[in-house]
Amino acid sequence: MPQTADAHGLREDIARCVHCGFCLQACPTYLQLGKETDSPRGRIALIEAMSSGRAAPGAPPLLGHLDLCLQCRACETACPSGVPFGRIMETARGNVMEGAAAPLAWRLRAAALRQVLPHRRRIAAAMALLRGYQRSPLRRVLRRTGVLGRLPRPLRAAEASLPVLPREPFAAPPQPPGLTRTVAMLRGCVMPHLYPRTHDATVRVLNRLGYRVVFPEQEVCCGALSLHAGDRQQARALARRNIDAFLEAEIEAIVVNSAGCGSTMKEYGALLHDDPAYRERAARFAAMTRDVLEFVVAETLPALGEVPVAVTYQDSCHLVHAQKVTQAPRALLRAIPGIELRELAAPDRCCGSAGLYSLVQPAMSARLLADKMDDVRATGANVVATANPGCMMQLEAGLRQRGIEARVVHVIELLDEAMQAAGGAAP
Amino acid sequence: MQSLERALGRERVISTPDELIAYEFDATIERGMPQAVVFPESTEQVAAAVRVAHRAGVPVIPRGAGTGLSGGAVAAAGGVVVALTRMKRVLKIDVVDRVAVVEPGVVNIDLSRAAAPYGLYYAPDPSSQRACTIGGNVAENAGGPHCLAMGTTTNHVLGLELVLADGEVIEVGGHSRDVAGYDLTGAFVGSEGTLAIATKIIVRLSRIPEATRTLLAIFDQIDDASGAVSAIIAAGMVPSALEMMDRNIIRAVEPVLRCGYPLDAEAVLLIEVDGLEEDTVEQAEAIDAICRRHGAREVRLAREAADRELLWAGRKSSISALGRLYPNYYVLDGVVPRTRLPDVLRQVYAVAGRYGLAVANVFHAGDGNLHPNLLFDEREPGVTAKVLDAGAEIMRLCVDAGGSITGEHGVGVEKRDFMAWLFSGDDLYAMSRLKTAFKAGEDFNPCKAFPTHAGCGEVTQAQVRRTAAAIGPDLYV
Repeated sequence: MPQTADAHGLREDIARCVHCGFCLQACPTYLQLGKETDSPRGRIALIEAMSSGRAAPGAPPLLGHLDLCLQCRACETACPSGVPFGRIMETARGNVMEGAAAPLAWRLRAAALRQVLPHRRRIAAAMALLRGYQRSPLRRVLRRTGVLGRLPRPLRAAEASLPVLPREPFAAPPQPPGLTRTVAMLRGCVMPHLYPRTHDATVRVLNRLGYRVVFPEQEVCCGALSLHAGDRQQARALARRNIDAFLEAEIEAIVVNSAGCGSTMKEYGALLHDDPAYRERAARFAAMTRDVLEFVVAETLPALGEVPVAVTYQDSCHLVHAQKVTQAPRALLRAIPGIELRELAAPDRCCGSAGLYSLVQPAMSARLLADKMDDVRATGANVVATANPGCMMQLEAGLRQRGIEARVVHVIELLDEAMQAAGGAAP
Repeated sequence: MQSLERALGRERVISTPDELIAYEFDATIERGMPQAVVFPESTEQVAAAVRVAHRAGVPVIPRGAGTGLSGGAVAAAGGVVVALTRMKRVLKIDVVDRVAVVEPGVVNIDLSRAAAPYGLYYAPDPSSQRACTIGGNVAENAGGPHCLAMGTTTNHVLGLELVLADGEVIEVGGHSRDVAGYDLTGAFVGSEGTLAIATKIIVRLSRIPEATRTLLAIFDQIDDASGAVSAIIAAGMVPSALEMMDRNIIRAVEPVLRCGYPLDAEAVLLIEVDGLEEDTVEQAEAIDAICRRHGAREVRLAREAADRELLWAGRKSSISALGRLYPNYYVLDGVVPRTRLPDVLRQVYAVAGRYGLAVANVFHAGDGNLHPNLLFDEREPGVTAKVLDAGAEIMRLCVDAGGSITGEHGVGVEKRDFMAWLFSGDDLYAMSRLKTAFKAGEDFNPCKAFPTHAGCGEVTQAQVRRTAAAIGPDLYV
């Protein structure tokens, strides 16, 4: 592992920060706490101190501040100097993980991810268990007897925030004949189990636009969760497997409907830059990756039918801040007859989902979600659209807790509805 | 520290050395390590924190967002930083009186957003307005591009609630125009946190103008741009803003923000007029003509609100975008009479050239308020000293031209030893007596604004002091 190259890169990334403070008001945790230690600028100072040896690398208060970062990258959008904060945070967490002072909680998290993420069967088995549990009387009993209250916090948070899983996970559907162009689609780890309807909608939309959709069998997790947890080695291993799996197919693009995954896949080039065997293919993979909304907006849309709903759109952080895709979802929503788009007060502020964040930082996550629900309620919208499964789960949990009458969808589902409303089967 | 935790609660105090690193700096290159940072949420808690510090005899440093450009929020002699970021409520907007009452931690732009539904806004608009706080603006008497027509912060503050050094809470000024007695509100605005801590601020709100027109004039010669500035003012016009950006600023900003500043231009002027629809049309036409007469190769008019916002986004991000060119900037805040602008600007480039330093100029041309940014990498040995020397020379240029060392950033730590160029010992003594009147001793934001004593042992400071002494004898204006 070329540690020195990373250290040099980290120093140069940090040197870009002129500590002007323009990032402060973009940072969800700073807005909640008002503390520099929980702001991008302050975290950069703490990371600098750890990497230069001024502060102990494993100092618990400092790691706590790194942990509280959502990695939403809103600060990157706000930064006029282009400080790559996401990369700084990933490198800092990576350095902690690879150093002697890595805290037990971090190691356990990374180890757990290693046990699960590379194995689609294990995920499927776990999801089947969950599906069974949710549909059994056990859940009610556990809730009533208060056993759930005694679970460790992450488990309790997960139990409360998970939506009821659909009966059947996603299975690649039969596609209409005669489609001449081909794209590959990432199924992802949890999305086939949590939101098969989003995948179905995505495939139908792509079919209607003339694309056959293929699903490489050897696909694994994109690596985002490992990367954010500081496990670069694992992230690289997963990236290599995906590169092998996807580049084997004859495809025009790799389409992703999970903003978090897409963001990491677009960064494979940087992630494997020091791996001569994969560097070029990683860059090619990254260049071929498109968020589904970004991909679809560039196509000529067929006639759309009416979808008479009031929609508010929550920017998924890894779409707006990491991939800089802001207009595509809005353009698509506006293109659908009958939709009234009502903007949130702060649509590009994180809802608190942030990958594993809602599980490991439930208190801060809940504060952010509460503010988000206030904003949703103020719009009066009856549909909340977004672009990432984590956001969908979090928003659904928020609406449920607050008793707000609205449904959560991925933008692509509304487009699918509009296409269906226009009638006519896929070509 | 324990008494602070007792007084405010543990969650409102940071005192572990590792965490305090996040409070060592503001937006300048100054550094100073506090012993604690407190996060009061009410006037009472501010008073409690101040009392604890007072009894312990440690310095108190008020801090807003820490976006200041003179080191005003840096704990130059250690002490307790009182961070006002949690006091961020807009307490009242009085639409009829056009007055707002705010807590000090309210972010500048948030006040204008809160007032917008009533057709009102808060006029002073520092470039950092998306992040900086009204409290910090009051402390530094902050300006901004639109202060050309609207005046600086002091013209918009009507009254204050203050916590004095011993914890006593007083009120000065009020909701309306009031000239009875001493103008203590005026005395406080711009006092850089050396007198007291404002816990409530009563500000004037202004009507959003009926029409606004924004022009971008593009020049191949910087002298032509300066000439156009003088000509616009000489023609008797008062644009609401008149800003200049030079080539290096354009290079930093344009590639990312794509605001339409041509990369091959030597300078651009961003000019705004507002008022009644017909007036702005006329004024914009007149300004367009003047710019072309003075060598502008092109003058563009922003067609839509979005174009206008983009032009301003570039201007307001200028200094913060300099990290794309160099890791550090040292931004100066000199003021010169407008007629001396072309001449002084030429000398600024000459000084930077002599020191072998890159310089980027972005400034309020209409006010004669220059912001030369000396660009460098502080990791390069000896370069910081060189930058400070060059900075001192440029400050001296401004003073010699009949101007001043600060137009809106405040004196802070950075420029306090240049104060002797402007004021005699007697003048400074008279000013320091004001501190006594406010019961603020040496421990209230020490090492700021006055060319004071030892014990403010920052590296950069020592260098400035040496340079200031070396440049020349005291000059009184």
